[in-house]
Amino acid sequence: MKNIVLDIDNLVVGLGKNPSGQRIIDGVSLQVREGETLCVVGESGSGKSVTSLTVMGLLQKGALVPSGGSVKLVGEELLTATDKRLRQLRATRMAMIFQEPMTALNPVVPVGRQIDEVLRAHTDLDARARRQKILAMMEHVRLPDVERIFASYPHRLSGGQRQRIMIAMALVLEPKLLIADEPTTALDVTTQKQILTLIRDLQRDHGTAVLFITHDMGVVAEIADRVAVMRYGRLVETGTLDSILRTPAMEYTRNLLSSVPSLVPRAPRAETNEPVVLEANELSKIYRERSFLGKAREVAAAKDVTITLRKGRTLGIVGESGSGKSTVARCIVRLIDPTSGGVRLAGREISDLSRRLLQPHRKKIQIIFQDPYRSLNPRVTVGETIAEGPINYGMPRAEALAKARELLELVDLPADAVSRYPHQFSGGQRQRIAIARALALDPDVLVADEAVSALDVSVQAQVLELLDEIQKRLGIALLFITHDLRVAAQICDDVAVMQHGRIVEQGPAAEVLTHPQQAYTKALLDAAPGRGWDFANFRPVEVAAE
Amino acid sequence: MLGYLLRRILAAIPVMGVVALFVFLLLRLTPGDPAAILAGDNATPEQLERIRTSLGLNEPLYTQFFTWIGKLLQGDLGMSLISNVPVLTMISKRVEPSISIALCTIILAVIVAVPLGVIAAWKHGTWIDRFVMGLSVIGFSVPVFVIGYVLIQIFAIELRWVPVQGFRSITAGFGPFFERIILPTCTLSFIYVALIARMTRAAMLDVLGEDYVRTARAKGISETGVLLRHALRNAAVPVITVIGTGFALLISGVVVTESVFNVPGIGRLTVDAVLARDYPVIQAMILLTSGIYVTVNLLIDLAYTLLDPRIRY
Repeated sequence: MKNIVLDIDNLVVGLGKNPSGQRIIDGVSLQVREGETLCVVGESGSGKSVTSLTVMGLLQKGALVPSGGSVKLVGEELLTATDKRLRQLRATRMAMIFQEPMTALNPVVPVGRQIDEVLRAHTDLDARARRQKILAMMEHVRLPDVERIFASYPHRLSGGQRQRIMIAMALVLEPKLLIADEPTTALDVTTQKQILTLIRDLQRDHGTAVLFITHDMGVVAEIADRVAVMRYGRLVETGTLDSILRTPAMEYTRNLLSSVPSLVPRAPRAETNEPVVLEANELSKIYRERSFLGKAREVAAAKDVTITLRKGRTLGIVGESGSGKSTVARCIVRLIDPTSGGVRLAGREISDLSRRLLQPHRKKIQIIFQDPYRSLNPRVTVGETIAEGPINYGMPRAEALAKARELLELVDLPADAVSRYPHQFSGGQRQRIAIARALALDPDVLVADEAVSALDVSVQAQVLELLDEIQKRLGIALLFITHDLRVAAQICDDVAVMQHGRIVEQGPAAEVLTHPQQAYTKALLDAAPGRGWDFANFRPVEVAAE
Repeated sequence: MLGYLLRRILAAIPVMGVVALFVFLLLRLTPGDPAAILAGDNATPEQLERIRTSLGLNEPLYTQFFTWIGKLLQGDLGMSLISNVPVLTMISKRVEPSISIALCTIILAVIVAVPLGVIAAWKHGTWIDRFVMGLSVIGFSVPVFVIGYVLIQIFAIELRWVPVQGFRSITAGFGPFFERIILPTCTLSFIYVALIARMTRAAMLDVLGEDYVRTARAKGISETGVLLRHALRNAAVPVITVIGTGFALLISGVVVTESVFNVPGIGRLTVDAVLARDYPVIQAMILLTSGIYVTVNLLIDLAYTLLDPRIRY
């Protein structure tokens, strides 16, 4: 048995200093051994991040207070350690990387100097030795052109490069414990795969213990040795990766796994001869960056995008960030104006209509956005939000509010929600409200722009089910924009794969996602974490005989 | 960077042009005969005619404008109607006291206020924070002349440490200069300390919640390192904005302080000119203050690019 590096025993973290106050973490015990990766998995609010911040001693002072249990790092108690001792231990014995490499680095300091700070704080090395050590570490995390990157500011680097810098910074002093808090959640799948491999390799080389926080079962399957499932600040169960994925003991774990959408596309629905409700023809959106004395630069956010969507069908546009999928969605809804190409909505060309002439057509196409926390006006009641559209189109107010009540029931919310405000609802409920708002105008086409990406898997599953049901009931056409191939596989009839503003592959989901023709689609599928597992059925994906 | 600087300076030209046009029209479009305005109530027709000819008021408006601009560019701001001294001479004598007070005030205010704001944000919600914010409320609400007279009473009359009023140029030696400038500087500083401390605190509170501050703490660097190297530099942009605009306001807004301490600065010159309807002086003062605003804004924008590498124009 390898040595225990981190030993959390019966940890209790309370809200505020009052010992009888609400417990955010309630009796959690975890152990991580040398060279081992323990994945702590749970949905939002499960307390997984608070646990990791407690270990680092980075809880917000006075707001969250550890009130019981113990946290030992290589035998040394951390909960009673002085601030000074904790500072000494950080980066030398324990280090942490965070979710958002975009915001985790100081924007006004070159990245090399940010790593250098660790060495200046904890070692006596002279400037040259420090620089050499940093450059070596940067090469170790497989950054290209390290001399240039050393002097670069964070905004000059890609998301993956920034996360590599964070990893280099965390591991430069070879700590015993690395805490990774959702380190790949903000990254594209292909980058995510590289970062996961990197963490794995570094761990193997240095025998680091890794406490890996994630909500993504796919990532768990890729990186965990052991898994701890958390919910509401309590430990649900722990076990080896295999035992958790194959034979979860607890109901909650089973539900969590069942909610993970499968990468295997759902059974295709029969082709229909329903009318085409939405067509985009060689749609392009070019941004011209003009500078005062320099020459103009053109960026094609979308180029020659052609798609067709029939009544009652779902078309997915999948791609990584920056592929242009959201640009296409926004051009189609005419939130932004396409540079060229056409959009036909229910047989009427709308791409060149003026704002005024467009108005009567707007109701036929509605959009749902990614973040339900920001897409609803916090100072307007839910009922007003839903009724606003119909009222704008001339429906009497009382009738519109009655309709809002009906719609709320349709999306499984109580009708009395009309008089409440968005902050009184959870993320999943808000997204239901957003759907109800979109449906209030009886649109022919519903555009969902990453509409389930911000939701926990169990909630995501419910919202997807709701969209499916609404489609069946109302015969609405759905244009579904997502970066998540699992979601696409479960909801789309057809998919279009986008890269660099162009569609690289398009066809029936069952075809494209199982027998991709293009290298990029293949790479995208290859990078999907946990593709070897069929989570919902608690077994690895059988390699079907071809 | 150089290209940006050049572009910004070029962009300042139309701004100043508009100001110049406004200043020019100020006199010409004021209801009534400009010559009559200039000459006062008891002027004879001959005097009016002489003024008209000497100012070119009989020429078409655009000719007048270009003649005026031409003179302006050569540094000819006209003659004061009251003292018959060239306006340029009048202003140049008055600029030093005002600029001296403004500079000293802003330096003192920054030295005092920025640390106060940083500490208040760091100790957010504690009695230190409340104390600093309480001070800033007092700084905002007590009128400048009250502070001025209180300081004179204590330090000049009771303790006799410094003269009651007046101004000495720095060319007369640092001692006499410092002696006389310290009280007006302290007086004016109150409100700017309040303003800058508040701004610093707010900006620091924002920044201290950022992920990279958490990263810095996770690196195990000292709390001072976190506060100064990571937080303060990121909080600097709004603080610099306030300092810059504060400085510009100071130049034109020191009139009360100048009166309390009997300092012959441009604030008082402006007030005197307005009361006496000394148009050439008023025009010159408007041009001067707008020029200072434009320059300070330019400097602020340049400071942004130095402070934040993401800002590129």
